[in-house]
Amino acid sequence: MGKLFAVVLTLIALLSAVPIITHHWFGSNISFAPPEDISTHGHAIDEQLSDTMVEAGLSFLAAQILLAFFVWKFADRKPDAEIKTFPGGAKVMVMAALLLVGTEILALGVFGQKAWANVYFRPAAPDALPVEAQAGQFAFYFRYPGGDGKFGPAHPDKIDEGNSNFFGLDPANDVESRDDIVTGELAVPVDREIHLLMHSKDVGHSFYVRELRIQQDFVPGLDLSLHFTATKVGKYEIVCTQLCGLGHYNMKAYLNVLSQADFDSWLKQKASEQ
Amino acid sequence: MSEASAHVQHHAPPTSFIRKHVFSLDHKVIGKQYYALALVAVFIGMVLSWLMRIHLVWPNAPIPGLSLLSRAGAPGGVMTPEYYLSLLTMHGTLMVFFVLTNAPFAAFGNYFLPIQIGAEDMAFPRFNMMSFWTTFLAFCILVTAFFVPDGPPISGWTAYAPLSAVGSDAGPGEGLGQTLWGLSIFVFCIASLLGSLNFIATTLDLRTKGMTLSRMPICTWAWFITSSIALLAFAVLMPACLLLILDRIAGTSFFIPAGLVISDRLQPHSGGSPLLWQHLFWFFGHPEVYVAILPAMGIVSHIMINSMRRPLLSYKVIIYCMMAIGFLSYMVWGHHMFVSGMNPFSALVFSFPTLMITIPATIMTLIWLGSLYGSRLRITAASLFCLGFLSMFVSGGVSGFFLAQPSIDIYLHATYFVVGHFHMVMGVAAIFGVFAGTYFWFPKMTGRMMNESLGKLHFWLTFIGTYCIFMPFHYLGLAGNVRRYSAFVDDFLVPLIPVHRFITFAALFTGAVQLIFIYNLISSRFRGAPAPANPWECTSLEWTMPSPPPFDNFAGKHPVVYHDPYQYGIKSSTGDYLMQDSPEQPGTAPA
Repeated sequence: MGKLFAVVLTLIALLSAVPIITHHWFGSNISFAPPEDISTHGHAIDEQLSDTMVEAGLSFLAAQILLAFFVWKFADRKPDAEIKTFPGGAKVMVMAALLLVGTEILALGVFGQKAWANVYFRPAAPDALPVEAQAGQFAFYFRYPGGDGKFGPAHPDKIDEGNSNFFGLDPANDVESRDDIVTGELAVPVDREIHLLMHSKDVGHSFYVRELRIQQDFVPGLDLSLHFTATKVGKYEIVCTQLCGLGHYNMKAYLNVLSQADFDSWLKQKASEQ
Repeated sequence: MSEASAHVQHHAPPTSFIRKHVFSLDHKVIGKQYYALALVAVFIGMVLSWLMRIHLVWPNAPIPGLSLLSRAGAPGGVMTPEYYLSLLTMHGTLMVFFVLTNAPFAAFGNYFLPIQIGAEDMAFPRFNMMSFWTTFLAFCILVTAFFVPDGPPISGWTAYAPLSAVGSDAGPGEGLGQTLWGLSIFVFCIASLLGSLNFIATTLDLRTKGMTLSRMPICTWAWFITSSIALLAFAVLMPACLLLILDRIAGTSFFIPAGLVISDRLQPHSGGSPLLWQHLFWFFGHPEVYVAILPAMGIVSHIMINSMRRPLLSYKVIIYCMMAIGFLSYMVWGHHMFVSGMNPFSALVFSFPTLMITIPATIMTLIWLGSLYGSRLRITAASLFCLGFLSMFVSGGVSGFFLAQPSIDIYLHATYFVVGHFHMVMGVAAIFGVFAGTYFWFPKMTGRMMNESLGKLHFWLTFIGTYCIFMPFHYLGLAGNVRRYSAFVDDFLVPLIPVHRFITFAALFTGAVQLIFIYNLISSRFRGAPAPANPWECTSLEWTMPSPPPFDNFAGKHPVVYHDPYQYGIKSSTGDYLMQDSPEQPGTAPA
């Protein structure tokens, strides 16, 4: 039965690798490849992902096949078969693990830092376009500062979804609020850095755009920001990835990447709708 | 003489049914009680996962009988989104706490740790009884949440605040159900602390003559190290749960900041921090992963050695690796929070020790693999599950490599890749350890042999089935398939549904296969062939006594230990092994 185990395990290991290598579900058109990256920072993450895939994939295959091979060879032997010890014993194993995994960790760790630093350790450029994103059960809303370039203050007690006052603005008293533009989709100009100011109205949420290689939680009581540059015109889904309640699965919005001209006219139109 | 009679009196077995089988002080009965509780919990947890899997791929199909469980949660048998989240929360909580903590650690540890070190019982038998019944109480409190008007909580087993802290404004299930959840886990923590203390004291104080620390079986070591981890981990979760309950019922604001508007109501809280809950929870949560997997590592090592008829390449290295994993497990909790909004610099600080854990884990894997070389591996149901454990541990381990890197985690966080990873390494691998332990120790625990053919069939179907369930999760994660969604409505998720359908079929199949195990367990218990004292030709002390062991284990005597626990592959009067309590010196030539 040891030989059966070896065969089954080898088959499982090889079959497991097929969708990883082909990026597709066994002969179908269902794709598992991450979507095309449309950000300026994402290529570093993608490289890191594919490097790790190669190293982890090889370790996976090597370990499974070695396990299968040893079981094939040494299971169900005769009771008087000679017991042998792996040449070098435990010392070889410890050295191999330290060397192989140690260098792998060091390499991945060092290069991985770069990819992380690209996203988090560089502040947004001073001329980045500020947009405020507010997450609440179960929708995203976005706010553009308008002509004055300033966001009016938000008053939680003035939030009134029935009257579309999602941010709790008080234009009657706050001058800066009067030209703020509130929308349900995140339209951004292509190739321009966006400085996204993130605020949660109620519970934890998250901002995930696969194509942008960005995922960041909204933390109630803690206003975070992130910045990105979208490089390709198109419409992409923004989904919530932090369990936020019964409508979590349906909490989404669209990221609409437009040419600068289209963005300007979009913004003008939205301003007139306010 | 008087001393001897006092001794006998102390160990007179209880005669009443209640003291014998219910409120028993006997560590063996308590171990079996933990096992039974875990079995009930795993069955409920598995059925919940079935219901979730069915709902995911046939969201509008009525599930027969579901409306009996909750009329509000499943009107006409069709699950609501919130009830899906309730089941998800209960599945995770039951599995992590009442199965993965109870079965490999509390159940087998209770039964075999005292015997393996030559003790008559645990150091504090009353504490021991109390920890089981406290665990049982925690279980009852949790299950009660199914039957409260609002239903069970919907915030997941991680219960992130403020969703879990603000009360029923946050949604159905966030009322009484969530409070019961907090209370249940609080009580569970008390039980675990009592149990851990007991394990530690027993291991340090009750070892018999000759049983030095370096002569303890590897599984004994694993339970000992695990109890040290659990002691520190549950000690943090317990107050965290208390604070959560206070936020919910006493109006405090530990985890709730100011200015939250939920269900159009400005919440009367200020000054709390949602990230505080995450830190406290994961400071427990990550070591908890090792509370689940370390005992399985120990059990698997012990059974592998017995099946291979040779010691591992190094006993000491395995022990040191388990210690290193236990130690590092306290420095890595932040890897669950890379995108949580904590200081991005700390992500790198948490990433490094996370990657470092790969080193002891790889050393252990290589030692297990290298020990197979040149062995005389006996294929039994137990050893098959050990081999399955090794395979799953590798599969679940390599995916950890991705998630340990914060940059990759930006893309893979909260996707099915994570679900696949932790189910394989913490769920399936640990459960395989429990299966291996069951097939191995069942004869000792019941005095009956289990049916080996059924056991092997159970292995094959479960092994293939679990790969069919959990491997595709990784592919879905690479495509960005978000987890904890009760339905897939987004444009990029809809095309992936056929893969989910495949997983659902695999889950239904693999779950049904477990009936073979249950059948084997019950029928062997009553109709199995009588078990000899040492059916597997094993060396450790539990196999020196009749099956099942007498009430006081060693019949009032103290065994004397002469050898390390793994004298295999040698020449002796018994064959190719020597019992730990045999004064005989092993022949030097390999058998």
